[in-house]
Parts: sequence; C-alpha cells; structure tokens
Amino acid sequence: MSTQSLKELQEKIGYSYTFDCVQCGYCLPACPTYETMGKETHSPRGRINLVKMAAEGKLDLSDLRDPIEKCLGCQACVTACPTNTQYGKILEGAKEVLNEESTLPFPKKKVQDFIFNRVFPSSKWMDTIGHFTWAYQKTGLQKFARKTGLSNFAPLNLAKFEQVLPNQVSPKVRSSRKGFYPAVGKAKASVAFFKGCIMDSTFYSTNQNTISLLNHAGADVYIPDEQTCCGALHAHSGEGDSAKVLAKRNIEQFEKYDVDYVVNNAGGCGAQLVEYDHLLKNDEQWRERAISFVRKSKDISSVLFELGGLPSLVEKQEVVTYQPSCHLTHVQKVTEAPKLLAKSAPGVTFKEMDDEQKCCGSAGIYNIVNYKEAMEILDVKMAKVKPTHAATIITTNPGCLLQMKMGIQREGLEEKVRAVHLVDFLFERLPAQNSI
Amino acid sequence: MNKQWQIELEKIIKDKKRLLSNPADLLSYGFDGSFGQYQPERVVQPINREEVADIMKLANTFGVPVYPRGQATCLSGGPLPVRGGIVLDTCKMKDKLTIDSENLTATVSPGVITSKIKEAAEKEGFFYPPDPSSAHVSTIGGNVAENSGGPRGLKYGVTGNYVLGLEVVTPQGEIIRTGGQTIKNVTGYNLTQLLVGSEGTLGVITEVTLRLIPKPKSRVSLLVVFDDLVASGKAISGILSSGIMPSAMEIIDQHCINAVERHKPAGYPVDAAAILLIELDGHPKAIEEEMVEADRICREIGAREVQTASDEEDQKKLWEARKLVSPAIAKIKPTKISEDATVPRSKIPEMFERLSEIREKYNVELVVFGHAGDGNLHPNILTDKRDQEEMKRVEMAVSEIFESAIEVGGTLSGEHGIGTMKAPFMEKELGKIGLEMMRRVKEAWDPNDVMNPGKIFPQDGQTKLVLTE
Ligand SMILES: Cc1cc2nc3c(=O)[nH]c(=O)nc-3n(C[C@H](O)[C@H](O)[C@H](O)COP(=O)(O)OP(=O)(O)OC[C@H]3O[C@@H](n4cnc5c(N)ncnc54)[C@H](O)[C@@H]3O)c2cc1C
Ligand code: SF4
Ligand code: SF4
Repeated sequence: MSTQSLKELQEKIGYSYTFDCVQCGYCLPACPTYETMGKETHSPRGRINLVKMAAEGKLDLSDLRDPIEKCLGCQACVTACPTNTQYGKILEGAKEVLNEESTLPFPKKKVQDFIFNRVFPSSKWMDTIGHFTWAYQKTGLQKFARKTGLSNFAPLNLAKFEQVLPNQVSPKVRSSRKGFYPAVGKAKASVAFFKGCIMDSTFYSTNQNTISLLNHAGADVYIPDEQTCCGALHAHSGEGDSAKVLAKRNIEQFEKYDVDYVVNNAGGCGAQLVEYDHLLKNDEQWRERAISFVRKSKDISSVLFELGGLPSLVEKQEVVTYQPSCHLTHVQKVTEAPKLLAKSAPGVTFKEMDDEQKCCGSAGIYNIVNYKEAMEILDVKMAKVKPTHAATIITTNPGCLLQMKMGIQREGLEEKVRAVHLVDFLFERLPAQNSI
Repeated sequence: MNKQWQIELEKIIKDKKRLLSNPADLLSYGFDGSFGQYQPERVVQPINREEVADIMKLANTFGVPVYPRGQATCLSGGPLPVRGGIVLDTCKMKDKLTIDSENLTATVSPGVITSKIKEAAEKEGFFYPPDPSSAHVSTIGGNVAENSGGPRGLKYGVTGNYVLGLEVVTPQGEIIRTGGQTIKNVTGYNLTQLLVGSEGTLGVITEVTLRLIPKPKSRVSLLVVFDDLVASGKAISGILSSGIMPSAMEIIDQHCINAVERHKPAGYPVDAAAILLIELDGHPKAIEEEMVEADRICREIGAREVQTASDEEDQKKLWEARKLVSPAIAKIKPTKISEDATVPRSKIPEMFERLSEIREKYNVELVVFGHAGDGNLHPNILTDKRDQEEMKRVEMAVSEIFESAIEVGGTLSGEHGIGTMKAPFMEKELGKIGLEMMRRVKEAWDPNDVMNPGKIFPQDGQTKLVLTE
C-alpha cells in the first residue's frame, strides 16, 4: 500500500488510539471471546495490536476481518483497562474500514442496505414486523411451522430466535397509543420517551409498562411520534453515515419537547444515544445540539432511581439474579440503579451471579451472524446463572432478554426459570395495575 | 510450501484449533508487555506434558526455536519469538489446581492464573504470599520462569521461595522432575532453583508444586504522606532497622500518585512528594504495637500525615490503587519503558537522588514507584516511540539507570527478568567469567539452542539498549 493511502487508513481506523494500549493484558480476564475462543487473536489486546498492524500495512485488511467480526463489542475491556484505552473507537474505526473494503456479494449487500436504511429507520416497517409476528403467532402458523420443522429452514438460525419472542399485541392496540401520558398525582418531572424500533415492534407491552412506571414515579411522559431508530446497529456495522442521519432526526424530534429527561429502556439503544455527541463531533451545526440531547438521555432505571424509586410495590417472594446489559454497564456506566430497584421490591431475594458483567453473547445482531460463537458464550453464562438458583433473570435490554430466554431453553429450565425485562418485573408489582 | 518440521508438527497437534498459522494469529503471539513485535512461524497450544515433550523433540531435531509463553505480561521481552519458530502457549494447560492441606502444598498446571491459586489456598485457610501486580492475569508458569515478586517480597520472599518441586520438559523433550513435596531437600544440585528465574531458556515447566503457609491472623495498612522524596527513603530504612518487618512497604512518587488519581481516584494526596504504603500482618496484639511504632518513626523523619486502614474494604481500596500505578502512568505518554533496578535498601535515598539527576540530564518523563521495602524500585520512563529523537535520549537514560543501580551495589532486575531488554548489560553486573559460567549452563542443557534463544545472553558486541528502529 502506498504511504498516502496508509495515512488515510490510519486516520479512519483509529490508529492513534492504539498507542494508549500498553499491552499489559489486564483486559484479558474480562473478555468473553478470549475466554471461549482461547486465543490472543480474539482478545482485546490482540485485536488492538492487529488493528495497529493493519494500519502499518503489516497485516492485510482481509486478515483483520475475522478477529473484528468475532468481537461482541461489549466493551468489558474498556471498563477493565487501566489506561482507559478507547477500544470502542478502535473497533468502530476497524468496522468502518472493513465495511468499505467489503466484498460482500451484491445481493447480500443489497439486503443489508435495505435492512439498515429502509427497515430500521421506518416505524411503519417496524409496526409491520410487529403485526406480522402477531399474526404469525395468532394464526397458528407458528405452531404449524414448529411442528413440521419448517422454521428450521429459516436462514441464520432465525427460527431459534422466533421461538423466544414474546406474544404480540394486536394492530388495534398498537394504533391506540397516545402522545402524552400524565403523571399519577403531582408531576415531579417531565420526560420524553425514546421507544426504540425493535423494542417498540416486538416488546410493545414493555414499552407501555415503561410509561406506566414513569407515570407512577411521578413523571409526565411525552412520546414524540416522528422519532426513529437510534442507529446503534448501523454504527456497529460500520455504517457510520446512516447512523449520523438517524441521530440528527432524533435530535430534531426530541428538541421539540421541553423535558427533563429523554428516557430509553434498551441498554444498547441508550448507549448509542449517549454517544451522539461523539458521532457528530465534527459537525459544526450539530455538535452543540447533540451535546444537549446527550445530557438529557438516560436509562429508565437511572430515571426511576433519581425520581425516588417506585412507591408502595406489592410484596411477592422471589429469588432473582441480574444479567446487566453490556452497553448499560460499560458505555452508559449504569451499574447500581437496576439492582437497587430490583432489591427495593418487597420479598425479593437478590443473588449476584459470578462474572455478572460478562456479556451473554447477544450483542446486537452478533448472535444471529455468529450463532455458534454466541452460543458458546451463552453456555458459559448459563453455568454462572445456575448456582444462584434464581427463578427470575432480570435484564435491561431486549437482545439480552431474548438471549437469556434461549439460554433457559438450551438448559431445559423453562419450568423453573424465566427471563424478564426489569421494567416488566417492576410493573408486575405495581399496586393498581392501570395498564395502558 | 510447508517446511518439513511444520508437516511433522501437524502430526503432533492434530486438533487444528490448537495449531495456529494464519497471519492474524501469528502476529497476535509476537508481542508481550514490553517492547517489540515479531512473527513466529507457528503457534501451538498443547494441553499436556506429552504434547510438550513431542514438540520439544521435534524442535530439537530440526533446530527450530521454541518460546514458551504464559499470558505475555512480561516486561522484559521473555516470550518474544525473536528468531521465528514456534510460540508454545501454555494457557490451555490449566486443568490441575489441588491443595494438599496435610502437607500445606499446592500442585498446579503451568497455565493456571496466579490469583486463582491464592483464592483456592484461602478457601482452605492457607496463604500463598507472592503477589505480582499482574497476579489476576499472569500464569504460575510465567511467575516461576521470571521468579516474580510483589509487594510482599519484603517479609515473605518471591515466587522462588515457594517452589518446592517442578515437572519440566527439557529442550531435548525428556520429562523430568526436580525437588519434591518436602520443605527440606538437599539431594544433589538444586535444579529447582536453577529453573526458577531461567526465563524459559532451560525447559518448559509443565507442573509446579508450591509451598503454602498458614494465613496470618490479622492485617493492617498505613498510608504515610511525605513532602520530600528522600525523607520517604529514610523512613523505609528507619522502620526496617527498628526491628519491624512489614509484610509490604511500597513507595509511590508524586507523578505516579497523580496518574492514579487522574485515572481512578483512590483518595491519594496529589500534592505529596511521595507516599509509603505499609502493610503489617501477624498476631493482632503484635501488629497493634508495631503500628504505633511505625507511625512514630515516620513522623519523626518528617511524614506529614499517617492514615491507618484496618477494615478489609479500606485496605483493599488502598492496595487496589497501588496495583493501578503501573498501567495508570502509561497515560502520561504512549510508550512506557518499565525498569526494575533493585538496590540495597540503605541505598534507596541515594538512588532516588541519582534518578532525579537522570530525569534532569536527559529531560525525560521519569517516574518512580516500587517495592521499597526490598529495594526494588521501578523507575519508568514515559515517552513516544514515534519520536526518534526523544527515544535516543531515553536509551541513554535507561542505560544510566542500569549503571547507577550496579554502581551502588544493586542489580539489573529485581523481578521482571532480563529477557531481551537487559541482555546487553549482563556483563557489567556479572563480569565476563560470571556470565560465561551461566552460558555454559545454558549450553549444557540446550546444546542446539532451541529453548527460547536470544534471551538473557547478549549477542556478540551488543552492549547497549536499542529502542529506535
Ligand atoms: C502491569 C504489570 C504489572 C506487573 N507487576 C509485576 C510485579 O509486581 N512483579 C513481578 O515480578 N512482575 C510483574 N509484572 C511482570 C509479569 O507479569 C511477570 O513477569 C509474570 O510472571 C509473567 O507471567 P506470564 O504468564 O505473563 O508469562 P509470559 O510473559 O508469557 O512469559 C514470561 C517468561 O516466562 C517464560 N515462561 C512462561 N511460561 C513458561 C513455562 N510454562 N515454562 C517455561 N517458561 C515459561 C516465557 O518464555 C518468558 O520468558 C507485571 C507486568 C505488568 C504488565
Ligand atoms: S487494552 Fe488496556 S488493559 Fe488491555 S492490554 Fe491494552 S492497556 Fe492493557
Ligand atoms: S468488546 Fe468485549 S468481546 Fe470485544 S474485545 Fe472487548 S471484551 Fe472482548
């Protein structure tokens, strides 16, 4: 490669960040892929070194692809790193470069473009997926497909995921959502709710429960209806430009509301929202607007906690454990609020699992594209869940929730253990369940 | 085209997942925690001693270099594949970790992470004292090969003081055992201790038997604050000569304190010239008295402040911050040259003075912390390897650090080993014949020079450190 293009490559790939790594190896014990794959190539230290080697022209980009694609992006290494090496940025840069270099066959590229640029940003599409899943479940097609094994022919193991999707609400319920839900009693704060795309299509009721919890904790809740996908999957797949377009649209929509918080309930989306300022840092026009958006963006658990928690929850005896979302823990740095909320529910016995902060293998669409690797990571996780004897695994991100459900299925624990979103867990314990 | 030895290697390691040859894998095993990047021709991950023996037989026959490797946290270049050949990764050999409560010993596979041994021992009420700061990452094999130490070296010694016996694969691929399970053992040459600290140049360690001791009844830590670096050095000698034997006594200078506080605040005083961290352990009554005594001595010598931490949580916090010093200072500048010159304890104040002269003379970012109680200082220079002019100054500064240490009666390495980094200075410390005797030992064990070649011994004419390209 010529010096000129090497220079360009170094700019894009985050070469300068790699110098923060002193190769001490402190991140190795934190990395789930190093644990399951057992080689330096799939460790944070190894990946950083490979990015550096590629940027110096000592490694072909094609040889970098596998180590980068097999990384979960969970960022546990960032938390572990004593020199605060920005692995997340190195990873993002590498993905972007690899994506540009991509020699994906034309049809596959087309499909990817379509999914990222048409489906995710469109609430219509998302609704359609929700309706479709609902119809699929209601019409008995699901049963039929499962019985005949037809669903196993679906590409990329999607069938396995389809089995753990929650029951869907009808299109009628979906269309009855309002734009404003007032606080119960006197309002302490006002919030705008970021409903997410997948979250809103497949976890519609969790979203409605989120609104109820916020109302209950004393918040007026607005739902900007022109909001769009957060762009996390785009950014993590090296589609930086699309991510920027989505970010701008969201900022614009939420600016219309004069609220104290912009609340989200999906760890992964939240992590993207709080990085809008980084994403738009080179954009004169948008930088300031992004910073004020980020300042208001918070996870539901932090907001509930800051509003003083939920008054008068109903007592129910239950042993629970918590699988934190990586993006909530390592990017948003929210670790205590979800646990404190769960513990605050009367009758709850909270058992922390070993290595709690290790990724479950869900990681965006990792478990779809790297199914085998994801399942190995999940098996390690389930081995840590079992000794807690918990009947309930609480999660804070839709991806983790589905993954944990798969874990329960893989272990044949359906009768004994359930996985639920923190929001739904708390909602079950609200005194008068005024569902919306 | 594969070379003959590579074809033969495939017959030994049949599991393709444990025999790595693609470019990304090879580059991933070409570095450690020090300096330099190399490319081996193969990486193998054996799971038992028989595989290791077969690999060594093959290597010896074909004259292919083999570099044992743990988790590559080495700070002196020990596992670097400087002449191509095979990196032998021991991390998958971790199936054995048994505690023998009757004999107070632990028997472990080489790839076991050091802190796991400590945890297992504590579960049975025992104590495994050596605690390198890297203990939660490094392997016991690497610890034995480097004779690693840590803060507790002062009272409890280093890894080597706990190794009773070893199982080793020789460079010719024979499996031997040295030492045993007994505390006393004077049968013949002490090969066990020869292998300890041999940095992988005499054989591959495939099992280690370690001595454990009863867990001390109680423990207390002191944080002593000084406005003057040299005074802190005097306090160290003061305490030791008073008859108190702390289990650890660490020094951290102002630059390091600031780096830690910037990185992850631990409540260290940022305006202090230096702090001493002192740990006392033993019978509760005894340490209570020692605590008062240590407090008095430090204040007399000029300590500004003495804080005590006796509950578990507070102590843990103090010491966790200490473990962060090494990585935290790396934030100062991207390239970190970490030294571990060790001097007689009485010479600590003098060494401090020399180090600050070196800092001035070469105008380099030189910071100091270390296991002051045993004279083991870690002068670190922070620089940027892309700045060739500065690197030249760093090279000279490092050479002068080594020379100063030797001149005051100290040694090149207290715990990080010689590796590639300090080889050029060996003759200065050992003399021509001294080094020659070591060379003869190496040649007797490994006549074909296949076992981690290029380490410890300087190449012909190599007399100075070279960090520039
Ligand atoms: C941040 C940081 C802090 C550190 N703190 C300390 C400290 O406080 N005290 C200290 O002493 N060191 C310290 N070190 C240095 C390092 O951690 C130790 O030298 C450690 O023992 C290396 O273990 P490893 O498993 O990483 O071995 P490696 O780095 O992989 O190898 C080290 C050497 O051992 C050889 N080796 C490894 N395994 C075997 C085997 N099974 N048989 C034969 N030879 C083998 C290798 O060939 C090499 O020469 C620190 C390092 C870092 C990065
Ligand atoms: S990323 Fe951080 S923790 Fe990992 S090796 Fe580099 S400096 Fe150490
Ligand atoms: S992001 Fe997660 S999987 Fe990727 S290197 Fe870091 S710890 Fe490992």
